[in-house]
Amino acid sequence: MDVRVEGLVKRYGRVTALDGVSLAFPAAGLTAILGPSGCGKTTLLRSLAGFMPLDGGRILFGVEDVTALPPQARNTAMVFQQYALWPHMTVFDNIAYGLRLRKLSGAEVRARVEKALDLVEIGRIAGVTQRRPGELSGGQQQRVALARALVVEPRVLLMDEPLSNLDAKVRQRLRAEVRRLQKAVGITTVYVTHDQEEALAIADTVVLMDGGRVVQTGTPQDVYFRPENAFAAEFLGVSNQLSGTADADGLSVGTQHVSYSGPLRGPVTIVFKATDAILADSGVAADGRHAVLRGMLEERLFLGSAYRHYVRVEGESLMIDGAEPVDHGPVTVRVPMARLQIYASP
Amino acid sequence: MDAGLRAGSAFLALPSPGRTVARATLRMTGVMVAIFVIFAPLSSLVIWSFTRTWHWPHPFPQAMGFFYWRKVLEGDLFRALQSGFLIAVIVTVLTLLLTVPLAYLLARYPVPFKAAILLVFLLPHAFPQLPVFVNATTLLYRAHLAASLSGVVLIHMVGALVYAVWTMTAVFRSIPESLEEAAWNLGASRLKTFFTVALPLATPGLVASTLLVFLYSFDEFTGTLLVGSPFVLTLPVYMYRTSVGYELQVASIAALLLMLPGIALLVVLERYLKSEYLSMFGRI
Repeated sequence: MDVRVEGLVKRYGRVTALDGVSLAFPAAGLTAILGPSGCGKTTLLRSLAGFMPLDGGRILFGVEDVTALPPQARNTAMVFQQYALWPHMTVFDNIAYGLRLRKLSGAEVRARVEKALDLVEIGRIAGVTQRRPGELSGGQQQRVALARALVVEPRVLLMDEPLSNLDAKVRQRLRAEVRRLQKAVGITTVYVTHDQEEALAIADTVVLMDGGRVVQTGTPQDVYFRPENAFAAEFLGVSNQLSGTADADGLSVGTQHVSYSGPLRGPVTIVFKATDAILADSGVAADGRHAVLRGMLEERLFLGSAYRHYVRVEGESLMIDGAEPVDHGPVTVRVPMARLQIYASP
Repeated sequence: MDAGLRAGSAFLALPSPGRTVARATLRMTGVMVAIFVIFAPLSSLVIWSFTRTWHWPHPFPQAMGFFYWRKVLEGDLFRALQSGFLIAVIVTVLTLLLTVPLAYLLARYPVPFKAAILLVFLLPHAFPQLPVFVNATTLLYRAHLAASLSGVVLIHMVGALVYAVWTMTAVFRSIPESLEEAAWNLGASRLKTFFTVALPLATPGLVASTLLVFLYSFDEFTGTLLVGSPFVLTLPVYMYRTSVGYELQVASIAALLLMLPGIALLVVLERYLKSEYLSMFGRI
């Protein structure tokens, strides 16, 4: 089922949470809505669910305009960040709730609940159906919440940062599970998260939002490797930003010079990722394909998978990740020209 | 000050076992004083209930026995107990029927002047009881409700509503909205969600409200005396009448019986009224 939103507007007093958002969510695909806190992603999700009356715009499920429908009538299913499992009901009753509302027979309900438990891979745990949510771990609770949502076979699956309450290891594992499940069931899914690694990992389409507006949409690779503006470039990955001035014979970054053959002129923002740069000792010369900047290595942290170096270049502190540690002192930062994202400064 | 400091440092300078014994003795003394302060007044009631005759200036009763217990249990007390119990039950049921939906509305919907509405319920308790109830009695007389069960029920509800409204509003507010949203999301109407999600989760609060309202009504005196006399008899009124008639033995027995629901309430409340609900009190 194709989902489309056109011109959504939502205001809270003087704050505009959604400022004319128009998006298409492809059928059977997982669309991740990514953005910093307050960008409107949760507002968008909740308006899809019907919890939020809008000030303008329409929501279309397929060809049906559902904007005026209450949440009960939309046939969506939401997985909440805090799981929202009912503590006074057993796991079975939690999952069966939606089915019982649809007046299915007892045997049918039981069959579907068990199928759902197997789908989220907790059907094997002895006595799980009779347990209360409070007796389960966080990961198990989230699986039950997922089962509860999928068992009613909704048109759209809405997920509101479902993994952010879990610790890192569980999150990593469940991420892949969610993607596998979504592909197996083939349901149109809208997944809200502020964790860009998560969004890139599981989404078919990434929608980047900021300040109630859509900044960029595309595949994860599009958004990561070809960000359309400074915000997108800065948000994805561990990014560095430098201010410079572009003119006919190149870029000047403070007192340093970088070759540049692009069309921009005037003040620009230069963005590149921590993993794209290479640190070398001072004294390495520039060549046409690399930008070379001189700086001072001030700090080095060990992250396990890499060393993160904090290098001061023209007053800015840059983060450069590398497998080998580099000693403190004057260093050279080399970035392939192809990996430098340059945008006009507003 | 100097002597105190010297005594204190002498105490602290005691060798360890000596200090432990001293501390234990102090604690025991403190506990005994507390017990005496709390229970000594009650002991007088207990003694009076088992007294047959006791004239001043004797420090203890001349004759003791179960005479008055027997007399009371065969007398009017049961009528008062039954009547009071019936009134308390009616008051509780009516109060909850009115306040539970109101509390849900106040907790979940943007009602204007919410704080003012909640405070209005508190008003009957803000003023001295006698003027409030005397005026209420006059009004009830004009409405031909005085000296009737309905009048007493009404006057009880005036004071009881606040306990239920405030408790239930706080309890409903403490239930996360996402739990109800999840039910709507799966297709449950707001009414169905109220009965399957909100109300079951609010049960401990319901229990607490029931007990608070019941006890308030069962123990209510001034209003019942003014509005209910002479036909409506509850246990506190009975106790008053018998004590005024110098039948202190009967009054003591009635008082002891009246304490039982209160103790039961405290025990149950301690179990049910969790701190999460109380943290919402006053957060209007």
